[in-house]
Amino acid sequence: MTQTLLQVKDLKTHFFLEDGVVPAVDGVSFHLNRGETLAVVGESGSGKSITATSIMRLIPNPPGRIVGGEILFNGEDLLKKTEKEMRAIRGNRISMIFQEPMTSLNPVFRVGHQIAESLMVHQGLNKQEALEKSIEMLRLTGIPSPEKRAHDFPHQMSGGMRQRVMIAMALCCRPELLIADEPTTALDVTIQAQILDLMLELKEQLGTAIIMITHDLAVVAEVADRAVVMYCGKLVEEAPVLELFDNPLHPYTRGLLKSIPHINDNQERLYMIEGMVPALTNLPPGCSFAPRCPEARPRCHVERPSLKEVSPGRRVSCWLHEGGVR
Amino acid sequence: MLKYIVKRLLLLIPVLFGISLFVFLVLHLFTADPAAMMLGQHATAEQVAALREELGFNKPLYVQFGIFLSQIVQGDFGRSLMTRAPVTDELLTRFPATVELAVAAMLIATVVGVTIGVISAVKQYSIFDYLSMVGALLGVSMPIFWLGLMLIILFSVTLGWLPVSGRIAVGMEPTAITHFYLLDSLLTGNWEAFKSALSHLILPAVALASYSMAIIARMTRSTMLEVIRQDYIRTARSKGLAESVVVFKHALRNALIPVTTVIGLQMGSLLGGAVLTETVFSWPGIGSFIVNAILAGDFPVVQGGVIMVATIFVVVNLIVDILYAYLDPRIKYS
Ligand SMILES: Nc1ncnc2c1ncn2[C@@H]1O[C@H](COP(=O)(O)OP(=O)(O)OP(=O)(O)O)[C@@H](O)[C@H]1O
Ligand SMILES: [Mg+2]
Repeated sequence: MTQTLLQVKDLKTHFFLEDGVVPAVDGVSFHLNRGETLAVVGESGSGKSITATSIMRLIPNPPGRIVGGEILFNGEDLLKKTEKEMRAIRGNRISMIFQEPMTSLNPVFRVGHQIAESLMVHQGLNKQEALEKSIEMLRLTGIPSPEKRAHDFPHQMSGGMRQRVMIAMALCCRPELLIADEPTTALDVTIQAQILDLMLELKEQLGTAIIMITHDLAVVAEVADRAVVMYCGKLVEEAPVLELFDNPLHPYTRGLLKSIPHINDNQERLYMIEGMVPALTNLPPGCSFAPRCPEARPRCHVERPSLKEVSPGRRVSCWLHEGGVR
Repeated sequence: MLKYIVKRLLLLIPVLFGISLFVFLVLHLFTADPAAMMLGQHATAEQVAALREELGFNKPLYVQFGIFLSQIVQGDFGRSLMTRAPVTDELLTRFPATVELAVAAMLIATVVGVTIGVISAVKQYSIFDYLSMVGALLGVSMPIFWLGLMLIILFSVTLGWLPVSGRIAVGMEPTAITHFYLLDSLLTGNWEAFKSALSHLILPAVALASYSMAIIARMTRSTMLEVIRQDYIRTARSKGLAESVVVFKHALRNALIPVTTVIGLQMGSLLGGAVLTETVFSWPGIGSFIVNAILAGDFPVVQGGVIMVATIFVVVNLIVDILYAYLDPRIKYS
């Protein structure tokens, strides 16, 4: 068995709209080892969710389409799989949790049944066995009296509870990879911590690798081994988490780090990166971040930098670091 | 839930009271002399006076209404002026024919309408979608009697495939058990009667169904398009469920909630349409009977018929509401 679980190579997912092509993901490459947690960070609209949805092959088509690249999962290219082969993978070997626990569960089915469905499809269990196993999964996620709660409808549960149900659903077939797309963003702060702890605990128990999508760098510091930073559909930096926090290389990453609120901060207002994210249909010819970059040089505005390895395990896409780490 | 049903049933009482009052007032306030009108212009003054006496039109209005109410509570709507038989009996013998026609039309409208709506939504902007939505537009804009006549001309007169009118070939009536010919002929194994009843039923049922079918198809399409975009559909797909399960279980089950309301409302327009359809196809049901009664000035029949149709409408609505609660677990009835 190889170390590498997932290798995304030059992934391109574009949306073909009437007023132009939106390159939501444009040449993204990264990898993920078995049992590892990789954080994907970036501002809203940077293409994090589309990257994740591309791995699941669930891009709404039309208007979206994966137009290039490879997604090697255990060495096999998911983009070459038939729809039937993909269905056997989804929810079984790769699962996904979404940002909106309030709307991600089907309102007309009992939660136990919604978990059981996955088990019936992938593990061939009958209804009774699947329901028993889903109660077991609910217990694992720390829901009190799961045999009763399994018969609840989603509207009878709080957001935190529903996210636990989503986690139970995602992990019930013991997937090798769990993609969590901002799993805690919609929850209260105290519940957020509980859900993150739960995910980490289950990850240890089940040995699942996680791609944690977030725009909250505090979450990254807490849960991830490595992180990739996305901006306008591209990776701008990749680093082990500790190094990323100690020595961020890309000015965009520095901006993101500066905007984390600190408890012992007397700053009046939170730091914000200046300017607006440019429209994907109308990106500047040089570095996409150049118009907002405090350190931009003339070259940055005309020539697009590419992602270069600057030290083992660290890559950055910025002209400031052409000759290695400064 | 049971409590809710009982409550709704109790609510039927004031509703039906209101309907009776309305029907009573229309007759007595808007016609100067009901007795004269019933008898027509050739009646003598003595005949009119005698009828007035017979029907109690000499008494004060509130007394008349009291008598009227106490009679209908006992299921007594008086006697038909045309046939001299009790109105209740006349209506009840024609009732199964109307129900058979309405149920057949509703089944066609629902099954075909929902199916077309789902396929149109899943294959949005396909040829099928365009054709069926054009069809739906035609369906809502074509008057029933016109469509009925066209169907008769095409399938009965020109092609000769189906009978022109009536409910079954003369003398073929199956042994009466439920009084629904299709059911009775099946129950008694009377294959010939079944074929005859079915061939008579098809055209009027299709004509009656067309409007509701179009509305249901449109509504299903638009709610399905709405539902398909929801997060929980994405969740269902991410579980690795087959597309057919995603569409017909996860999506349709949610889309059916608003569609059920529309189906319930369509029952109302279906009852109205039944009157026209029965007239066009000479279908021996309540609708054509009421139309004849109106033309003949047979007021007891009109009163009884309207109250009966209104009662059916109210009860059907109750059933739809209960079905709604079953489909949508978020709704709590108390
Ligand atoms: N259905 C769609 N049609 C057209 N464009 C889309 C669609 N979905 C996404 N996009 C484009 O893709 C870009 C990236 O979207 P994505 O959802 O991946 O962002 P994100 O990084 O997950 O942001 P957020 O933090 O807000 O979730 C968006 O800016 C948008 O322009
Ligand atoms: Mg997102």
